[in-house]
Amino acid sequence: MIRDITLGQYYPGNSYVHKLDPRVKIMATLLYIVSLFVVDDFLGFAVAFVGLAVVIAVSKVPLKFILRGLKPVFLIISFTFIINMFMIKGEVLVSLGFLTITREGLRTAVFMAVRLVLLIIGSSLLTLTTKPISLTDGIEALLSPFKKIGLPAHELAMMMTIALRFIPTLLEETDKIMKAQQARGADFESGNIIRRAKALVPILVPLFISAFRIAQDLAMAMEARCYGGDIKRTRMNGMKLRSGDFVASAIFIVFIGLIILERIML
Amino acid sequence: MSIEVKGLTHIYSEGLPHESVALEDVNFKAEDGQLVGIIGHTGSGKSTLVQHLNGLLKPKTGSIIIGDTDITADGVIMRDIRRKIGLVFQYPEYQLFEETVAKDVAFGPNNLGLSQEETDERVKEAIELVGLDYDKVKNVSPFDLSGGQKRRVAIAGVIAMKPEILILDEPTAGLNPRAHADILNMVKNIHETERNIIFLVSHNMNDIARMSDKVIVMDCGKVAMEGPPAEVFLRENELRNMGLALPDSMEITMRLKRAGMDINSVCLTMDEAADEIAKVLKK
Repeated sequence: MIRDITLGQYYPGNSYVHKLDPRVKIMATLLYIVSLFVVDDFLGFAVAFVGLAVVIAVSKVPLKFILRGLKPVFLIISFTFIINMFMIKGEVLVSLGFLTITREGLRTAVFMAVRLVLLIIGSSLLTLTTKPISLTDGIEALLSPFKKIGLPAHELAMMMTIALRFIPTLLEETDKIMKAQQARGADFESGNIIRRAKALVPILVPLFISAFRIAQDLAMAMEARCYGGDIKRTRMNGMKLRSGDFVASAIFIVFIGLIILERIML
Repeated sequence: MSIEVKGLTHIYSEGLPHESVALEDVNFKAEDGQLVGIIGHTGSGKSTLVQHLNGLLKPKTGSIIIGDTDITADGVIMRDIRRKIGLVFQYPEYQLFEETVAKDVAFGPNNLGLSQEETDERVKEAIELVGLDYDKVKNVSPFDLSGGQKRRVAIAGVIAMKPEILILDEPTAGLNPRAHADILNMVKNIHETERNIIFLVSHNMNDIARMSDKVIVMDCGKVAMEGPPAEVFLRENELRNMGLALPDSMEITMRLKRAGMDINSVCLTMDEAADEIAKVLKK
């Protein structure tokens, strides 16, 4: 149950997409997200959808796994859908008492829902096909030009690496604590909201204590190995653009070009 | 009360690329009043097995029959099962959360819906049973106690539910030798007072040899051996192949026997080994 969250979870694989340089993938994802906001009609989304479908097919990540990542945001999507559908004024299609569905409302609702779904799938594809460590390496490399104006790129990347690294650890810890309290007869599923909130105390207190303990151990281990931030560090696996990365970039530029062209021409 | 496990199989992350078979066709039985030792290498499925015994994990196939109820059947009320079967996890002190020791120990009994008097009674009993002074510790924050004391409090929290079957998963892990011995004596004491079935998971062969009436050896998710410790520890080569060792006492007597001494090599404690050696030397 608690392990069902795919956000920030890596799906191990050896596909063309998995092997791409993280910098290329991050830039492509950013541009893809921007392009979703450039698009202003359904034909544009069709292009964006086909592009995404091709990447999913090449990455060999099972569709079931990708769709699972949509579950937690399903509520937000349906909420925006309903709000948009009823709140936008225009040509009336259906009228139910004080609620009216307009042509414009329905169009915007579907439009926003499609945009959100593509947005989430597009960005989760990045984390599904990129190891957290290479992801943060990529972010660090992309941010390093800003070091000149005082941005602590290395420290930011290190914080992100640590945060990502400890998501599964803390989930596991939560799972363990929940089981331990369940074994003592704790019940997290029944009762009203106040009862349920109270039932969280036996989980949260030990979890916080664990988190502090883990953080302290980690700090100690880093200090013991003389970690001192970004002082002329070199990498074990340096990133290098290969021919595959250039091919992918070229294809992606054509794809973005198509989307922009579609916007301008139609 | 007895417990019988039949054909238990469990698979983690089924259908994903990293799926793994944690348990495969596990069968065993334990009778009333037995202290059963479960040993096995890291990753042999011990912890997965004990989590099935009180319904925290559901098996893929197989059944667990406790008394005359099958706890893997649909529609069983989990609360009833957890009342009967107490599980103490590894490093149980990490689950402490209340302001005082007494309140923390009362968490289990409160969840069972017992009356206030009954709860207080049980809390007091449980704290004393784990060898702590009730009047001294009841109002202390559990976080101010030492490691060994914290663990006792956590164990008391499960004992206070008066389980008919008590499962202890590595109760001595990470404790100093003194606290280690204290916890084992405590387990013996609980066993004698409550007369329940105790499952003791450990990879300390000395403890298992000394404490248990019956030993279950797990290897790669299967039951590799099952029987009284005196029989199991005679199968030295098989145990070594699974990455397990003999208890120190038998390590000594077996070597003496191999070196030509005419000695009874089945000695489950150091005292027994010493007696046997003295016997031979007196001859």
